[in-house]
Amino acid sequence: MTGSIDVRAAEPRLEYVLRLADNALVLGQRLGEWCGKGPALEEEMALVNFALDLVGQARMLLSYAAELEGAGHSEDDLAFLRDGMDFRNLLLVELPNRDFAFTIVRQCLFDLYQCGLYEELQRSGDSRLAEIAAKASKESRYHLQHSAGWFVRLGDGTAESHQRVQAALDRIWRYTGELFETDDVETALVAEGIAADPAVLRSEWDNQLDRILREATITRPADDGMASGGRHGRHTEHLGYMLAEMQFLQRAYPGASW
Amino acid sequence: MTRTRGKTTATEEIWRLLQSVPDPEIPIISIVDLGIVRDVFDEGHPVVAITPTYSGCPATEMIEQSVREVLDEAGHPDAEIRTVISPAWTTDWISDDGRRKLREYGIAPPAASAARGRGLFGGVGLAIACPRCGSTATSRVSEFGSTPCKAHYQCGACAEPFDYFKCL
Ligand SMILES: [Zn+2]
Repeated sequence: MTGSIDVRAAEPRLEYVLRLADNALVLGQRLGEWCGKGPALEEEMALVNFALDLVGQARMLLSYAAELEGAGHSEDDLAFLRDGMDFRNLLLVELPNRDFAFTIVRQCLFDLYQCGLYEELQRSGDSRLAEIAAKASKESRYHLQHSAGWFVRLGDGTAESHQRVQAALDRIWRYTGELFETDDVETALVAEGIAADPAVLRSEWDNQLDRILREATITRPADDGMASGGRHGRHTEHLGYMLAEMQFLQRAYPGASW
Repeated sequence: MTRTRGKTTATEEIWRLLQSVPDPEIPIISIVDLGIVRDVFDEGHPVVAITPTYSGCPATEMIEQSVREVLDEAGHPDAEIRTVISPAWTTDWISDDGRRKLREYGIAPPAASAARGRGLFGGVGLAIACPRCGSTATSRVSEFGSTPCKAHYQCGACAEPFDYFKCL
């Protein structure tokens, strides 16, 4: 296999599975960057364990995507040989880690989203998706326990930790609108009972987040100037740098294996 | 084609062989005791259904390889290994024998049934008994220990640091 593969203009179900897969893969790769750099050994273990779970989820989803695509590609081909514009992940997950507060705030917002999403998808009319959701749901719940725990502890902590969490949330907020956007692909799949309804996910996410924010003594930012585009392959510059590192080996030595 | 579920003479030997395959991360316990082997079928050739503990468990492929090797050596090169993810693995599937072996090895087994509800992960609020002296005067040092499935604890009575196998 040489060069990039192109999965643009995918049919709705494949498109949807790729969106889920790319969220997991990209955040898994980001979290992996904490390896060797965690603020404490235990926290590094936690973040890297979450990374492993996410990469595991991405593998299940990409394998399914490859089957749906039916073009003879493998999960690895889809991970390592697609270009940035062919990635469907949310912008939220590709943002650089910055400091521990930013990593935790992003993680908490994402875990909250994943918990609701995979809870719903366990009832998907697509049995394969329902199975993957049941597995991922358990993992998302314990990720959330950890990230929400830190969110509160740091928010309601020292003046500095509070300020850092608030600053992280202010910075990241404009990337949260995209979580609940809907388009023709999702509308069609929601009607078929395959995808989760973003409107349902939104209200539950809002409620739970407000509880966390209250406990953390953190203020909810205003909803203006929301960023968008990740699902449709329009990314921040950060994704390209990340893929350059993640895909380097397969790009430089096509087909290389252990 | 006959598809026989559970333990018949044809599948009994396979179960026995799998009992000898250790978990790569906790070699004191077999993959059968850990609940990773979901079932063994006879479909004209042996079929072994295994399930990953965590999606990201790096040991899953190693386990598959070990199963393959053991079955090959025992004269079952035609054995098929099938990965199933549903229903999702839970620590409730660890056998009583497995729990005892964990304790003897110095790992506190999962304290409660994961099926009883959410939020039990990490065992917060549960009395975790020290695998060395049995005291429940223990405290959690870290939610994450040497592997994703374990938390790190210390015993207040005998000072032993130990791993606790979390409920999932
Ligand atoms: Zn003790």
